[in-house]
Amino acid sequence: MEVNDIIKPENLVYHKPALLKDCTMHYCPGCSHSTVHKIVCEVIEEMGATEYAIGVAPVGCAVFAYNYIDVDMSEAAHGRAPAVATAIKRLQPDKLVFTYQGDGDLAAIGTCETIHAANRGENITIIFINNAIYGMTGGQMAPTTLLGQKTATTPYGRRVDLNGYPLAISNLLAQLDGTCFVTRQSVHSPAAVRKAKAAIRKAFENSMARKGTSVVEIIGTCNSGWKLSPVDANNWMEEHMFEKYPIGDLKNV
Amino acid sequence: MKGNEALAISAIRYGCDGYFGYPITPQSEVLETLEAEMPWETTGMVVLQAESELASINMVFGGAACGKAVFTSSSSPGLSLMQEGISYLAAAELPALVVNVMRGGPGLGTIHPSQSDYFQATKGGGHGDYHCIVLAPSSVQEMADFVWLGWDLAFKYRTPAMILSDGVIGQMMEKVVLPDQRPRRTEEEIRQQCPWALNGRKGLRKQNIVRSLELDSAKMELNNIRFQETYRTIEANEVRIEMIDTDDCDFLLVAFGSMARVCEKVKELATDDGYKVGLARPITLWPFPYEQIGAVAKHCKGIMVAELNAGQMIEDVRLAAKSTECPIVHYGRMGGIVPNPEEVYEALKAQIINK
Repeated sequence: MEVNDIIKPENLVYHKPALLKDCTMHYCPGCSHSTVHKIVCEVIEEMGATEYAIGVAPVGCAVFAYNYIDVDMSEAAHGRAPAVATAIKRLQPDKLVFTYQGDGDLAAIGTCETIHAANRGENITIIFINNAIYGMTGGQMAPTTLLGQKTATTPYGRRVDLNGYPLAISNLLAQLDGTCFVTRQSVHSPAAVRKAKAAIRKAFENSMARKGTSVVEIIGTCNSGWKLSPVDANNWMEEHMFEKYPIGDLKNV
Repeated sequence: MKGNEALAISAIRYGCDGYFGYPITPQSEVLETLEAEMPWETTGMVVLQAESELASINMVFGGAACGKAVFTSSSSPGLSLMQEGISYLAAAELPALVVNVMRGGPGLGTIHPSQSDYFQATKGGGHGDYHCIVLAPSSVQEMADFVWLGWDLAFKYRTPAMILSDGVIGQMMEKVVLPDQRPRRTEEEIRQQCPWALNGRKGLRKQNIVRSLELDSAKMELNNIRFQETYRTIEANEVRIEMIDTDDCDFLLVAFGSMARVCEKVKELATDDGYKVGLARPITLWPFPYEQIGAVAKHCKGIMVAELNAGQMIEDVRLAAKSTECPIVHYGRMGGIVPNPEEVYEALKAQIINK
């Protein structure tokens, strides 16, 4: 049997989504963003939402999300993606509107916009990448940085007396009447990727059904910022991150 | 009708798609009027009380990115909070309308009228090289009219436009002729008028991206050159000023907004005393009417710039008159004080006419 005998549509078990553009990503090898971008593209494609999806990119590593995800997208000022998405969805209620934000964008500078958009029950999906560090600016402390975790601005480890506690903002968002679905996922194994993808699908369907705000937190790795190899970063995440940020649904109504 | 109310009704009738705002004195009537009118029941316009001015201006950014006619309004401290968002609007080349019903500053200042945000409004305000088109209404009628003009200019040049009003114009009541209701644009019309807008890749058209980030300096400079070319076009085509009896005046008053109304009376008092006083009222504060004021400076004996601030527009008047020997003085009140015409007239006589 030749290779060309195998390349047939009926033998296709996996393919790159067409919405994921053919270009080199700027993300570091091992970073979780690329995997999440891929499953976002897959879900939009599988929902047939390419013609009505609008995304909002954050300030942070994922600011260039529009270079990879081939749907209409806007940048937002740092932290303001939920406000930008609020207007896009209110003015075009028939569109699928989502934000894609990191922990600094969503849980530090944008906490106010995040909480109020979720509390109003805006019919948007917030995809929240929590890797407990500021990747783009060079590995500084994030609101979600763990106690004891070393970063560029906590070189001896995060201390409660100096830096306060890590913020589990999804638990807070789950308390709000405006959220319909708040879940925490990861993408460090094929099984985890499948679960994260199902969560994003559910969130997008909620948005179109106008059930309120859906939040999909994805615990990710930043092996460059954590100064670990990709494999070690995955292990470190399982050992340390999942204790503070347990995987699973926080709210599902 | 109050100026703030006229502005709100005029916006609905323009076919506005959305308003996003946060209460602050002396402009809260804009949001209150819109909520009371319930335009979502009639035109489908969205009205939303945001959690802050930061959220308001970024909601305006989101709406503008969709090619929608959206606006926000606030007063001075709120405008300071919005400056980042206005810079982003300018950088992303988005049309939007921002209304500042000015109050006295700095800081929390006072709720009373002022014109002390002139520099902030006309020189950019936020970070980076940009300008907003700035319209200065001096009547309730103009509060209504400039909403339409502001949006028309914003869409024409794909740049934010600002109505720079003040607590006097926002709060005072006058008769006003309101425009007829116009329908909001359909998605199809927006797709044709604003092919850059975010409304989904219908028909699998090419992806639209609204962005201001450009890490390649060579490209970023080209972006800036394009912005500057737009500003030069606006300067060439959109200067507006009302000139009253300036052709053969001996003395010139220059004032905008509520101070122009005070100066109309000052001019009357001076005319009664036999003095030939003209009044130049800039309507666009950016682009500034340098030529028109410069032309009067060539033949008049003195200029008084009257403002509710420590002397801001006077810098542009000096630039306008830089090739002349015409003396230019300032009359200013601060902190929310609005002078009566007699005080201004006395100053005009003491500093210009009898000098």
